[in-house]
Amino acid sequence: MNDGNATLATPDMEGLKPGFTEPVFEAQEAFRTVLNTLSYAGRVHTLATELDPPAPLDPATAAMALTLFDFDTPVWLDATIQGGAAPDFLRFHCGAPLVAAAGEARFAMIADPSNMPPLDRFAIGEDRYPDRSATLLIQVPALTGGPGMTWCGPGIDGEITVAIAGLPTDFWAQWADNHALYPLGVDVIFAAGRALVGLPRGIQVEG
Amino acid sequence: MNAAAEKASWDEAYNFAYLDEQTKRMIRRALLKAVAIPGYQVPFGGREMPLAYGWGTGGMQVTASVIGPSDTLKVIDQGADDTTNAVSIRRFFKRVAGIATTEATEEASVIQTRHRIPEKPLKEGQVLVYQVPQPEPLRKLEPRETETRKMHGYAEYGLMHVRLYEDISRFGHIATTYSYPVMVNGRYVMSPSPIPKFDNPKMENNQAIQLFGAGREKRIYAIPPYTSVKSLDFEDHPFEVQRWPQACALCGARDSYLDEVVLDDKGGRMFVCSDTHFCADRQEKGHRGPMAADPAAGAFARSSDTSARKEGER
Repeated sequence: MNDGNATLATPDMEGLKPGFTEPVFEAQEAFRTVLNTLSYAGRVHTLATELDPPAPLDPATAAMALTLFDFDTPVWLDATIQGGAAPDFLRFHCGAPLVAAAGEARFAMIADPSNMPPLDRFAIGEDRYPDRSATLLIQVPALTGGPGMTWCGPGIDGEITVAIAGLPTDFWAQWADNHALYPLGVDVIFAAGRALVGLPRGIQVEG
Repeated sequence: MNAAAEKASWDEAYNFAYLDEQTKRMIRRALLKAVAIPGYQVPFGGREMPLAYGWGTGGMQVTASVIGPSDTLKVIDQGADDTTNAVSIRRFFKRVAGIATTEATEEASVIQTRHRIPEKPLKEGQVLVYQVPQPEPLRKLEPRETETRKMHGYAEYGLMHVRLYEDISRFGHIATTYSYPVMVNGRYVMSPSPIPKFDNPKMENNQAIQLFGAGREKRIYAIPPYTSVKSLDFEDHPFEVQRWPQACALCGARDSYLDEVVLDDKGGRMFVCSDTHFCADRQEKGHRGPMAADPAAGAFARSSDTSARKEGER
C-alpha cells in the first residue's frame, strides 16, 4: 500500500470518533444483546460496550448502528442527530446511505423522541413481506421512571410493567395503531446509555 | 474487550465463525425481523457452506451469526450428540470459532439441532437453532412460492385443514407424525422442521429463543420465548403426541421419545431414548431399564456411539 494515502484524509475526518476496536467480537456481543432485547421484550438489557460515540448518540444506540447498518440499509436520522458529528460517524463506519424520506428507511435513529415523526411515517412492510419494515432505534432519557405501561405479547411471560421516559404524549396511542397492523408494523428498540428495551410489533401495550 | 474474545483461538485462515461480517450482519437483521414476526419466513441471502445442502447449512449460518467466544455449543442429530452430522458440525465450529462444546443440554448456551428438541427443558438465555430442510408448511399443497406467500399474507390456511381432515377421513385420525404444522402467535402456520410431533408441545412458551435456518430454501424464522405455538387440530380430533407401551430399555424413562433398535434377525428389538445425553444422564443417576444389564443390548446401542464420541473430542 502507498504510505502517502494518509495525507489524503479530508477535513471531515478530523475529530472522527473510533468505532469498535474489535469489530468481529464487539458486533457479535452487541447483536446477542439486541437479539435478547427483542426476544425478551420489555426487559432492560445492558451492553458491555466501551464505545465513545459522537454526541448526541449514546453508546447503546451507536453500538446497534455499528452492529446492524451497512450499504444495504437506508438509515433515517432525526434533526438532532443530523446536526452533530453522528452522520459522518455513521457514513464512515457503517457505509450506510442516509435518506431524507422516513418511509424509505430500514432503520431510523431518533435522539429527540418528543419531536419524533408519527410512527405511521415509517415503512410497515408489505402483506407478503412484513419483514420489509423499519426498525426504530429511539434514544430516551431513561428506560425507567416514566409513565408505567403494561406490556404483553410474544416474549413476555404473562405481562410486564415498563416505564419508558421521555416519549411524546400520544406515543402509546400511535403504538396501539401500529400493533393493530400486525403482522405489519414497525419494531422499536429503546436505548438509554448502555441499556436497551425491545418493543416488537407483536406487543400489546395498555396504560 | 471481553476476556473470552481475547483468548479466543480458531483457525485464522477463516474469519471468526466462518462467515464474513457483511453476511453475518445480513443474517442478524433477518433474525431480528424473524423474532419480531414469530413464525413468518424471512428471506435471506443464504451462502454456500463447505458441506452439501441438506446437512444443516441453514442452521450453521444462523449459528455462525449468533455464536461468540464465550458460548458453549451443543449439536444434536435426531437427539444424538455422536452421530455423523452432529460430530462434523461440532468439529466445524471448534475449528472456525474455537468455542467450547458440550453434550450436556444444561451447559450449552447455543444448541444446534437436527430434528429433535432436547428432553431437558431449556432455560432463559439459551438459543436453540433448528436445521430446516423445507421451511414452507404449505409447499406440498401448493408448489408455487408466489401463491404460498399470498396464503401466508392473507392467513388463508383452509387448505392445511383440508389436508388434516383428509387424514381423518382416510385413517380415522391425523396421520402426520413429524413436521406437524403449528400456528404461531395465532397468525402464521409454521413448519416445526421435521421434529416428531412428540416435541411440538415443547415449542410453546419455551423459555429459550428458537431460531430456524433453511439453507437451500434461504429462509429464516423464529419463535421468541413465551409465545403461543398450537399444533393444528380439530375440536373432535384433538392433537395428541406419540406414546409407547415400553419404557426406555437402557434408562427406564417413560416420558421421553424412543427410537426402535433392531437387535437381530429373529425379531429382537429394543426401544431406547433418542436423546442420548438425557439417557446417559439418567443411567448415571442410577436409573435402569429392563435391558440395561444385558451386555449385548448395551453394547449394541453404544457401539457406534463410542467411536464417534472419541472422534468428536479430538
